[in-house]
Amino acid sequence: MLRSSARRGAAVLLSAAVLTTLSACGAAPDQKSGGADGAKNGVQPGAATSVADFGSMEALAAAAQKEGELNVIALPPDWANYGEIIKAFEAKYKIKVNSENPDASSADEIAAVKSRQGQKRAPDVLDLGIAFARSGAAENLFAPYKVTAWDKIPVTQKDADARWYNDYGGYVSIGCDAARIPTCPKTFADLLKPEYKGKVALNGNPTKSGSAFGGVYAAALANKGSFADIQPGIDFFGQLKKNGNFIPVESTPATVEKGETPISIDWDYLNAGYAQQFKGKGVDWKVTVPADGVFAQYYSQAINKDAPHPAAARLWMEFLYSGEGQNLWLKGYARPVLLPAMTEDGTADKDAVAKLPQVQGTPAFPVSAELDRAKATLAEKWDKALS
Amino acid sequence: MPTSDSRAAGGTRRRRRGPRTWLAALPLLVFTGLCFGIPLGAMAFGAVTRTDPAGGATRLTGEHLARSLQGPYLGSLIGSVQLSALTALVGGVLGVVIAQAVVTSRSKGLRSAALTASGVLANFGGVPLAFAFIATVGISGVVTQLADLADLGWNLYSFTGLTVVYLYFLIPLMVLVIAPALDGLRPQWREAAQSSGATGWQFWRHVGLPVLAPSLLGGFVLLFGTAFAAHATAAALVGGSVPLVTLKIADALSGNVLTGQENVALALGLDMILIAGLVMAVYLPLQRRSARWLR
Repeated sequence: MLRSSARRGAAVLLSAAVLTTLSACGAAPDQKSGGADGAKNGVQPGAATSVADFGSMEALAAAAQKEGELNVIALPPDWANYGEIIKAFEAKYKIKVNSENPDASSADEIAAVKSRQGQKRAPDVLDLGIAFARSGAAENLFAPYKVTAWDKIPVTQKDADARWYNDYGGYVSIGCDAARIPTCPKTFADLLKPEYKGKVALNGNPTKSGSAFGGVYAAALANKGSFADIQPGIDFFGQLKKNGNFIPVESTPATVEKGETPISIDWDYLNAGYAQQFKGKGVDWKVTVPADGVFAQYYSQAINKDAPHPAAARLWMEFLYSGEGQNLWLKGYARPVLLPAMTEDGTADKDAVAKLPQVQGTPAFPVSAELDRAKATLAEKWDKALS
Repeated sequence: MPTSDSRAAGGTRRRRRGPRTWLAALPLLVFTGLCFGIPLGAMAFGAVTRTDPAGGATRLTGEHLARSLQGPYLGSLIGSVQLSALTALVGGVLGVVIAQAVVTSRSKGLRSAALTASGVLANFGGVPLAFAFIATVGISGVVTQLADLADLGWNLYSFTGLTVVYLYFLIPLMVLVIAPALDGLRPQWREAAQSSGATGWQFWRHVGLPVLAPSLLGGFVLLFGTAFAAHATAAALVGGSVPLVTLKIADALSGNVLTGQENVALALGLDMILIAGLVMAVYLPLQRRSARWLR
């Protein structure tokens, strides 16, 4: 039997080796920011589970400003408007945001939390794919915290213990360059037509990329599959590959602009962003949410349990789930989780809502077990279907 | 690499070997231990253990290694070995032919130009290379459009396409490593063979190839290893449609979809080391046998 201390010892040795060989600036383990400052009612910022524990928003902001910094990870500035969100937060609260590795994946985020436990450089807040939010909560990595708007988040989109809750998301959509494609496909069934030979791409490999995974799930729903059965989606792409329509190039802004991926299945907020970005550059990017395969997925926010800046982390959450934060996501073509509530009370940015691709109905989500099974099936069958 | 062993065996260096000579190698040993030993240990440890997410207790298990040798993971290992062996073989043969042409040509300019170009091209890999190919012979690439390659059945995003892209940097690499060995083939040997009435074929069959064998094999191993470990080019070019072990490791280690696969990725890394070890185990004894000709 090996104990976890042995494992930690190996990890420490490994990181020591990496630090000494790669960079001279190793960060020493830092004391948790102690003291009674900022937390009323005798509650430390790191233990606060709602703004009430601080007394008021002003007290929370004061405690966060005392910490002065916030570590974020995996927030690309051109993804769901995160660039502007970070700038707005910095300007509003005079807190410096350290944005690390913007292109990191959810697995990288979890690895950063684990490997830098107790360090000053550990990420404070995380924006995770739903599977990683769930597994991270199961591993007890997150601090429970209920933002002021907690009650307005739909029950299906939050952890009952408030360790994670959905932030923003979107629908699987078909982006199409109308300047190159005479008739743009509107449904998954359309994609099989011979006229789209060598033109249909996904945003990456579905065993790695969340949006590509969503694309396969949506294709499953379009072909008599269900949340419990992703196989028809895999078969669909197998068929697409067989008739030569599918190209395995990962669609990126560069491939879209160059016309290498003239039809790209991706989140609607990314596709809508491309439409805006490439307007007038010879690309006429049209975005459709296919009616036969409606699949939505949201990312989730969580606070690192050992956040080096616990008050700033909580203030960031309050900011994201305020009307201002939610509208900033909306401006990036993402659908914030409070959008239904905000549409009702009229606080949603109407211009931004009007720019979103049209979708009928409200989204449904697979439960944890269904998601796990779909992933296992995909990991097992995808290679074979595509090669 | 070949010389140190054989020289020691030949005795020229033996005199200097004192009790304290290993001290000089200490920095290298420490560096190797830190940069290879510790990661290797951590990887092996992770590949054979499992940590309970809730409790944090770690126990030994063979489950990850077993999974890494099943289903799609096994398929990716096989795919990688096939691609690496094929590209190393084709690249090796073409590289030798080109290097021989360059070495025997009397033009000094051609020689230095070819070797310099090889040095540059052998290091041209990764995403830039993939995009260079996409822009040239991809689906909407310049050449594809001009020459109607698509109608001829050309597809860059396939096993064949990947082979061609890999050869782009493997052939120059072979030219670089084999040119010095071809230089080492003394003209006198050939003259001696000719004056004894041997044909060109007989010279290569009985003198040239046996003498070159270790270098050829060494080149093949180097090419195999380079192709086997390549990741960025393949990732940018074929995504998941050609199963490769490096892509699978990346999926498992830093993806947005699969959770709890880190240990399988470590086990796959261990499999890769084992395969590289097997290739070296074939190469080293053969190389030792015939290295003495080329000093």
